[in-house]
Amino acid sequence: MAGYASYSYDVLIVGAGGAGLRAAIEAATAGVSVGVICKSLLGKAHTVMAEGGMATALAHNDDRDSWRVHFADTMRGGQYVNSWRMAEIHAKESPDRVRELEEWGAVFDRTPDGRINQRNFGGHRYPRLAHVGDRTGLELIRTLQDHAIHCGMTVHMEHTVIDLFIEDGRAAGVLAYDRERGRFHVFTAKAVVLATGGVGRAYRITSNSWEGTGDGHALAYRAGAELSDMEFVQFHPTGMVWPPSVRGILVTEGVRGEGGILKNSEGRRFMFDDIPDNYKPQTASDPEEGWRYTQLDKSARRPPELLTRDHVARCINREVKAGRGSPHGGVYLDIAWIKEKIKDSEDHIKRKLPSMYHQFKELADLDITKEPMEVGPTTHYVMGGIRVDADTQMSTIPGLFAAGECASGLHGANRLGGNSLSDLIVFGKLAGEYASQWAKEHPQAPVSEAKISAGIADSLRPFERGDAGENPYKVQADLQDSMQALVGIVRQESEMQAALTRIDELRERAANVGVIGHREYHAGWHTALDLRNLLDVSECIARSAIERRESRGGHFREDYPEKSTEFGAVNMMVKRGGDGRVQLTRLPITEMPDHLKAVIEEQKS
Amino acid sequence: MPSHATFKLWRTHPDGDGTFQTFHTEITEGMVVLDVVHKIQAEQAPDLAVRWNCKAGKCGSCSAEINGKPRLMCMTRLSQVNLHEPVTVEPMRAFPPIKDLVTDVSWNFRVKKTIAKFKPRPREADGTYRMPQTDVDRVQEFRKCIECFLCQDVCHVLRDHHKHDEFIGPRFLVYTANLEMNPLDTEDRVPDLKDKHNIGYCNIGKCCTKVCPEHIHITDNAIIPLKERVVDRFYDPISRLLRMVTG
Repeated sequence: MAGYASYSYDVLIVGAGGAGLRAAIEAATAGVSVGVICKSLLGKAHTVMAEGGMATALAHNDDRDSWRVHFADTMRGGQYVNSWRMAEIHAKESPDRVRELEEWGAVFDRTPDGRINQRNFGGHRYPRLAHVGDRTGLELIRTLQDHAIHCGMTVHMEHTVIDLFIEDGRAAGVLAYDRERGRFHVFTAKAVVLATGGVGRAYRITSNSWEGTGDGHALAYRAGAELSDMEFVQFHPTGMVWPPSVRGILVTEGVRGEGGILKNSEGRRFMFDDIPDNYKPQTASDPEEGWRYTQLDKSARRPPELLTRDHVARCINREVKAGRGSPHGGVYLDIAWIKEKIKDSEDHIKRKLPSMYHQFKELADLDITKEPMEVGPTTHYVMGGIRVDADTQMSTIPGLFAAGECASGLHGANRLGGNSLSDLIVFGKLAGEYASQWAKEHPQAPVSEAKISAGIADSLRPFERGDAGENPYKVQADLQDSMQALVGIVRQESEMQAALTRIDELRERAANVGVIGHREYHAGWHTALDLRNLLDVSECIARSAIERRESRGGHFREDYPEKSTEFGAVNMMVKRGGDGRVQLTRLPITEMPDHLKAVIEEQKS
Repeated sequence: MPSHATFKLWRTHPDGDGTFQTFHTEITEGMVVLDVVHKIQAEQAPDLAVRWNCKAGKCGSCSAEINGKPRLMCMTRLSQVNLHEPVTVEPMRAFPPIKDLVTDVSWNFRVKKTIAKFKPRPREADGTYRMPQTDVDRVQEFRKCIECFLCQDVCHVLRDHHKHDEFIGPRFLVYTANLEMNPLDTEDRVPDLKDKHNIGYCNIGKCCTKVCPEHIHITDNAIIPLKERVVDRFYDPISRLLRMVTG
């Protein structure tokens, strides 16, 4: 058997995006020893790609904003299947978390009176997104990274976790390999925080980087933890569609926040044609009012382009299917038109949306200050994830915590733009705080040598099969195509059943993939090991999506196009059954306390 | 645009040396160099090592030397390179090789820790910090840095003279400038710039500025103003005189 190196920490954080780094900072500050494992180099995690901003009710740009409005917006956006407690904590604590970033060196865009500037975004009633142009994710991760390196922690870069050890009924550590040499490492810890991000790589068209392979979701699932809301996958309405090699790369909602409009091939602004009833009171009645809203006129209501992402994505999908799409299968997103309204519109666009300008200029040879962009839906975010206690972020396995995209609850059926970055810092902090508290109160559970040996042996099988095995890239590509086609933006039972059959076939193929060569920085081997994670999360998504026989938020069923009261009262919970199959339970949503019900009511007008 | 192209990718051997390996592959419109490398990896060389992440020019992972020019593979479109000749892709040469196109850039992470951290002044009475946008514009330019380390790769002090132990390189001069020019910061890094981080080694060749994918004016906006601070503090005759008088 291959040997391994051993490390021991009080708190081990898996993932160094926004949530992982924030958790690490909190734990290190609490005086416990902290190890951080990340798949990439420090500061490269997918958080870096977040563009528009982080939502928080600072009320700098509109003093009518408060945690109450933010809470109500988050619940409405999530179609009321969110954890109301998480939505409450998030709305109340995010202002402090954002202010604290300034103390750590973040430099947000400013209001005329010198405070943090906030911009409009879909589903948020008032301008709420603290931002830095359209590179807010970079600002967040760099700020946390630069602060964290002085807090006292050990960062293991380019390490990937392949097994999570549960001993004596609680988290005990992980098995990982390093990319550089392909050596194995065993990390024991009293508390483990999963902050591994999303699952976008289960789909063909995605805004996610290679890291989004659902590692934390799958590690927790295989270890017996409960996941919930896995049917809720967010398809961001605006991804690039051309050229093919960049298909799926995100085009920030900030473009629409700054006045960008959606048009079909007939030049029609189709978003005005379909405004859901519960958003009608807050939506502009004509383009002129919509424009005034984007220019921060407090008396105006938002344009329909800024309705929630699930709705906008479906409207785009409908236009394309009806033959009113752009040449490469998207629709037009036009910011150049604002030259009718603003004198120096070219400079204005470049200043407000610098990386979008750059991205289209460099990758598509298109000048967004002069021409409309072609955009279409792209797999962006999973609302579902590891089920956690709202106040402590502990999963259903003692000592195992989760925060950020790999946890579930805050966003319900649909996440509002900007709520992800604030999610990371609010719940990353809580996870770090309670993981360190847990580590102080509990001894290390011993990790069994047999499990370590088995984990290492399993992971080396692709080398044993060598040339005789199938190419892992082929299996990954086939899975992505299946999920894209059968469990995508518009779903129906027969297709999802077909997806489950395919997933079973792909599992057999995945068990027979082979790679040749040495273990050093071997992407083929890494892909082979990612497959089981992708397959596990795909099965959880498909099973949960079949069970939810209604349409809600990111989950749209052609065979059940309406919302149902029955399903509005439950979350889908999945865990691994004794037979190794997905075991699904409907969990009733606990009733919201009266003081929060009152907030929802007061914000309905 | 041709339908096929020839790429020569750097491959390392187990003994640590390396050579170019030639691959012929199909190409399509709109592809970037990283797409070609991935295609070769998926179809012809599954063990080919390449570091990448976002594939959108935002994370700065896929730095390499393409036809000898330091660039991000994900932001180099095939329409920008001559496809009638073989295209060479090799790792950054200022850092130790790990495998194929991947280098060991960990030195950069160690250097950053040696720079004194951000130390803000207290908040205003209302709990906010007030700074006009015009005061933060120049800091925001530096904060666009994606840490691709291409500037470090071309800096002759590092690449040719291997002064990694004495000089922090353009990336970390930009980082220091970002801290020094932050209106909230109260720390003083000027003595370190002179003595520990040896800003004097930079002779303003501007190679770093030329390769920056974020178009940060590294030399003009970061390094020269920092050099001026060092000069004002330590070499200005009038202030030296004043110091002698006042102690």
